[in-house]
Amino acid sequence: MSDPLLSVDGLTVRLEVRGERRAVLRDVALTVRAGEALGLVGESGSGKSMTARAIDRLLPRGAEVDGTIRFGGRDVHALSGADLRRYRNQAAMIFQDPRAHVNPVRRIGDYMTEALRTNLGVSPAAASRRASDMLAQVGIEGGSRRLRQYPHEMSGGMLQRVMIAAALLTEPRLLLADEPTTALDVTTQAEVMAILDELRHEYGLAMLFITHDLELAAAICDRTVVMYAGQIVEVRESGRLHDDPLHPYTAALAAARPDITRTAGRLRAIPGRPLSAFEAPPGECAFAPRCPHARDACRAGTPAITELDGGLSRCVRARELRGKLGERANA
Amino acid sequence: MPDRDPAPVLEVTALRKEFGDLVAVDDVSFRVPEAGSLAIVGESGSGKTTVARMIVGLERPSGGSITACGNDRSRPARSRPDRRRRGREVQIVFQDPYTSLDPRQTAEGAIDEVLRLHHGWPAERRRARVAELTDLVGLDERQSRALPRALSGGQRQRVAIARALAAEPRILILDESVAALDVSIQAQVLNLLADIRDSTGVSYILISHDLAVVRQLADDVVVLRRGRVVERGPTPRVLDDPQEEYTRLLRASVPRPGWKPARRARAAGGVTKPEENGP
Repeated sequence: MSDPLLSVDGLTVRLEVRGERRAVLRDVALTVRAGEALGLVGESGSGKSMTARAIDRLLPRGAEVDGTIRFGGRDVHALSGADLRRYRNQAAMIFQDPRAHVNPVRRIGDYMTEALRTNLGVSPAAASRRASDMLAQVGIEGGSRRLRQYPHEMSGGMLQRVMIAAALLTEPRLLLADEPTTALDVTTQAEVMAILDELRHEYGLAMLFITHDLELAAAICDRTVVMYAGQIVEVRESGRLHDDPLHPYTAALAAARPDITRTAGRLRAIPGRPLSAFEAPPGECAFAPRCPHARDACRAGTPAITELDGGLSRCVRARELRGKLGERANA
Repeated sequence: MPDRDPAPVLEVTALRKEFGDLVAVDDVSFRVPEAGSLAIVGESGSGKTTVARMIVGLERPSGGSITACGNDRSRPARSRPDRRRRGREVQIVFQDPYTSLDPRQTAEGAIDEVLRLHHGWPAERRRARVAELTDLVGLDERQSRALPRALSGGQRQRVAIARALAAEPRILILDESVAALDVSIQAQVLNLLADIRDSTGVSYILISHDLAVVRQLADDVVVLRRGRVVERGPTPRVLDDPQEEYTRLLRASVPRPGWKPARRARAAGGVTKPEENGP
């Protein structure tokens, strides 16, 4: 198999919080192949957004980073200046809240064409033409008029489509999409996801799709990575994630979510609350305190991530529990 | 549990709200029985939150009537006792527990204040009730004495629920109250809300965009679109066999195993929000 487009290995990030160094990511390793959609799922504090930020070199000042990130064979940490800007055009980020990431006093056209004009030397007229064409691709008609509008003149769903169009203008090879539809209505979410899916296939784009919604990730991604307390706990082909998970946390997450097709007597809630990396008890499985399958062995050391059934699981009992964790096994 | 009364605990008739030229809520009617649970679902701009705000008294209806426990509440309260009585009829829990709690008040302090205001009980009785309520929502002693900033989102939402219940309301409005919670915490809070309804007989009005949450908690559902009711009925029937095209679209937009997101035909897209076509 050819080299992956993106490979992250041994990524550990510490941030300074009130004078204290706290781990937010611990030994994260993942790959995204050209054209592949990889889901990154987790709850608050799991490190999913931090992973995307680390990949795009958007970590806060003072962050301590170990490990390697390679994109198209190049070491991302070695990039600076114009190379770093070009890299960010190649690995383009789409954020959850478009309003927080566009300048409210600048026109949509200025925002969309900035990278083309300043990084890629495209003339303003050509940049505007391309922006207007791209707006049509994400379903926004009347492009040249739209380019003269301000962000407040657009709804959230439309502004998110503008963000996607802007990201696509620099012809990236990877989209880093951080909960791009979480703030949108469900029907708008479906529309934005359909647009992303369509354009991704058309341009052969890879995508790292970050979400708290296991079902959404499973539906649109080829493989899904599940994170807990700053670590990857499972990597699985998306189609098998729901029915045949390898890690008890993935299974618990799927079981806790209410089901639109039936009313449960009681939901299978996970006791306690999700932990951040720095809160995780050292030297044991981070999920053990909440895990219905935890045994003494789970507290004897931090489990390594191991291969199983074509996926990866960070559970010492994974082999024993195999086939017993899914929805079907519990029904 | 209180007796099942055939008269509804809440009745909303031909409710209407205008903001300038915009009709936010248009001819909305529904009834909620004692210990019942009704969901109002819809997307941004459907008017669902405006309906909730009118019921609780934060907005004044432009037309129609709201009757809770037999008392009209479509006009502002005329006196302090009247206002307090209304507080004992309807309470609300908002989406964001970070902004709806006083940052300088502990959970115990917040609950105690409501007990003093609404029931005027002596300190000892209030103390006992505070302990009961914090216990009911699953807050431990440390959490009960902590300020909101020392609590997680799920714990804060428990404080907000306990505080709302302290007034012993007959109706509790849950305005996207579990939407901002992590999945594993959301399940805990949904189970808690089901238990509270069983043990107190309180009625719920659930304002939500999340159809799976609605399925779990609500007996009946009203689907709103642009201020108008498009469909209503028992939750299982509406979700399993939606009759209206808009309800079917909402249902089809929910990700599930094997889901393929569909791009709407823009021309036929009656769902396009008004601002998307103008100006």
